[in-house]
Amino acid sequence: MALDSHGKREFKQIGTRVARPDGIDKVTGRALYGADMSAPGMLVGRILRSPHAHARILRIDTSEAEAIPGVKAVVTGADFSIPDDAALADISVNVMARTKALYDGHAVAAVAATSAQAAKAALKAIKVEYEVLPHVTDVDAAMAPDAPVVQKGRSLESVPAGMGANVTHHCEFGHGDLEAGFARADKIVERSFKTAATHQGYIEPHACLATMNGDGRADLWCCTQGQYMVRTVCAGVLGIEASQLRVTASEIGGGFGGKTTVFIEPVALMLAKKSGKPVKIVMTRDEVFKATGPTVSTSIDVKIGMTKAGRITAGAATLRYSGGAFPNTTVDMGAQAAFAAYDLDAVRTVGWNILTNRPKESAYRAPGAPQAIYAVESVVDELCLALNLDPLDVRILNAARKGTKSSYGPTFDDIGLLATLEAAKAHPHYNTPLKPGQSRGVSCGFWFNFGGNTCVSLNINTDGTVGVTEGNPDIGGSRASISLMAAEELGVPYDKVRTIIADTASLGYNDVTDGSRVTFAVGLATIKAARDAIKKMCGRVAKIWGIDEDAVEWRDGAAHPAGPNAGKFPPMTLEEIAAISFETGGPIAGHYEVNADGAGVSFGVHLCDLEVDKETGQTTILRYTVFQDAGKAVHPDYVEGQMQGGAVQGIGWALNEEYIYGADGRLLNAGFLDYRIPVASDLPKIDTQILEIPNPGHPYGVRGVGETGIVPPLAAVSNAVSRAIDVRMHELPMSPPRVLKAIKAARG
Amino acid sequence: MVKVLLWGSLRTHTDGQAEVEVEARTFKEVLDRLAEAYPGLRPQIERGVSMAIDGRIYREAWFTEIKPDSEVVVMPYMTGG
Repeated sequence: MALDSHGKREFKQIGTRVARPDGIDKVTGRALYGADMSAPGMLVGRILRSPHAHARILRIDTSEAEAIPGVKAVVTGADFSIPDDAALADISVNVMARTKALYDGHAVAAVAATSAQAAKAALKAIKVEYEVLPHVTDVDAAMAPDAPVVQKGRSLESVPAGMGANVTHHCEFGHGDLEAGFARADKIVERSFKTAATHQGYIEPHACLATMNGDGRADLWCCTQGQYMVRTVCAGVLGIEASQLRVTASEIGGGFGGKTTVFIEPVALMLAKKSGKPVKIVMTRDEVFKATGPTVSTSIDVKIGMTKAGRITAGAATLRYSGGAFPNTTVDMGAQAAFAAYDLDAVRTVGWNILTNRPKESAYRAPGAPQAIYAVESVVDELCLALNLDPLDVRILNAARKGTKSSYGPTFDDIGLLATLEAAKAHPHYNTPLKPGQSRGVSCGFWFNFGGNTCVSLNINTDGTVGVTEGNPDIGGSRASISLMAAEELGVPYDKVRTIIADTASLGYNDVTDGSRVTFAVGLATIKAARDAIKKMCGRVAKIWGIDEDAVEWRDGAAHPAGPNAGKFPPMTLEEIAAISFETGGPIAGHYEVNADGAGVSFGVHLCDLEVDKETGQTTILRYTVFQDAGKAVHPDYVEGQMQGGAVQGIGWALNEEYIYGADGRLLNAGFLDYRIPVASDLPKIDTQILEIPNPGHPYGVRGVGETGIVPPLAAVSNAVSRAIDVRMHELPMSPPRVLKAIKAARG
Repeated sequence: MVKVLLWGSLRTHTDGQAEVEVEARTFKEVLDRLAEAYPGLRPQIERGVSMAIDGRIYREAWFTEIKPDSEVVVMPYMTGG
């Protein structure tokens, strides 16, 4: 195979279910997570947080805290400068408030002490004088012109004049003549929806260990989805050079987008700088809920027209998103994704972002898409019911396909939506009759996927084994997948390859582990790095054989003469070439760096069977199946795991998860007892069907799979619940009290 | 000349035009010419945009070639989780 080739090939190892390299360490407790690193003389860092949803900070007196024995450093907002870059400035103000506390849990001061007890006492001794201000936590209330102003002057130029001060961003997408489209419809449904903010719910809380020497060199160990991002942000916030800060990513106990920014790391570094000692900060669960980013809360209006035959004639949506107290543009993604599954002549989406007194939003799997698609898919389902049409037939009839002008602009290339819909239609799940009291929901889902900046080194060891060094924390099994791709390309067994995650000083920059990018982009770079090493090995063999380099080809883990004219030489294996590498020119390594594109969009379809207890409002999921296009499933176990994990998180979002605020703007359920994520006993086994429509943008056809799976469950579950109780649900989560209220309201 | 499709809210800076034409052969040239011709677009371009070229989405890909008949769509900067 040519070294620059893309396309179909017969795989020997790709697609096998090899043992994961991190499994034993994780199940035996040997894996080192964020809180597991220690250093001699290490101090305990703790953060003081605002008890108010919105308050001006008039004065902070730390003198009493500083006098407590064992307290080595105290920091407040006064210790941090504000970077010129707006995004960095927002992060800096979020990690330590300056003039105002913007939400319940906003950090206002921090201490480092020789013991947890001394740190706790110091927090109590810090005196903060607040002027409590009016607050707003609801997205619709915050959009009103007379709403309390969270931050002044933050509106982008995209916001038309006359909007409320909390409106910071506006976007519009679409094409075609909406009026004409709706005029062609036999039935039009227009509804409004709300979705609650939900947390990513990772099990491992944020944790880090920071050191900073007297000469300004710093080291940081932390759990993160991107050590290079941590370096860039912390260096920017603290005003130090990137080369002086080395960041090492620990093993990670879940992130789902929530660890693509920083919360405690700049604070730990500042405490380390002031104290001259290593400082460890580990968040409590209460802090994780109050002060790290949940996803956006939303309010969405959708209007769709359909013919009696099921053809959608026009679709429109207005989306109002709030990502808390700081500006963000997540609504861009929702407004683009809302109608992506459909081939429409007339479509328009309008998005707004609004500030509220809630924590700063962090990304959460396919950020912005689940909410928008939930609203659209709910209206599509209502139209199917009203027109007595099969929900999968309608989606097949309207499905976007190759050549469709997408609702957000570009024309689709090869996409797998139709294949997933047809797979769902043919699946035994869809064809199993429902029993009395049971109902079935259907939804499509979509995510963009992307590639991004990636750098990989691949070393051929002298014993014929291979080391791959990449720069993305392994959040979903990437080390196994990367090793598989290196093994496939080089033609060596999987267990001869070990993949490690580099610190920021050891490898060029890599974007964070997000956007479902790692198996696609790091895989692509690994394949290219392997081809670079192969080229070098063929060059060495050409010299040994005394023939041109072009006359040597790589096949099945060995160099061969490329044809009869190249001469007769016995093949030389990678192991043989590696063993004599010192004699033939020195160590052999491959390298590749790229800003990868061509990730290819991803579609999925979910089926959900459930029943609702009409006396209690409790929903029980009975059967659930996920259909998703993976391009090529490098390691099917992990692909299925991503599909199942996304489905479970989406089911939690649909049924139980929400940030609940009191009248005082304080978060009432900052813990897993009151913020109810699904556990294994709540759910049936999530079935999966992987479809493989090769992505033309990747040498092996790989598509990202990490995010799409969380998109369809919101509507799949809501559509099933609505059918079960014969009442259309318009708000998430559909917790038992909310479902019961809807049932009682319908009964009159 | 290349035809460039803009998302809706950017059209307030292009006299309401959904599609504009610029003389450009690469990703970077498209953005430079847009910012020159329509200064109101500059803040958004400086914050970051993605660009779909013949259906493939790019971020920060200055030298990506654009043919005269390419489909070019300026999109918000892609982010993920």
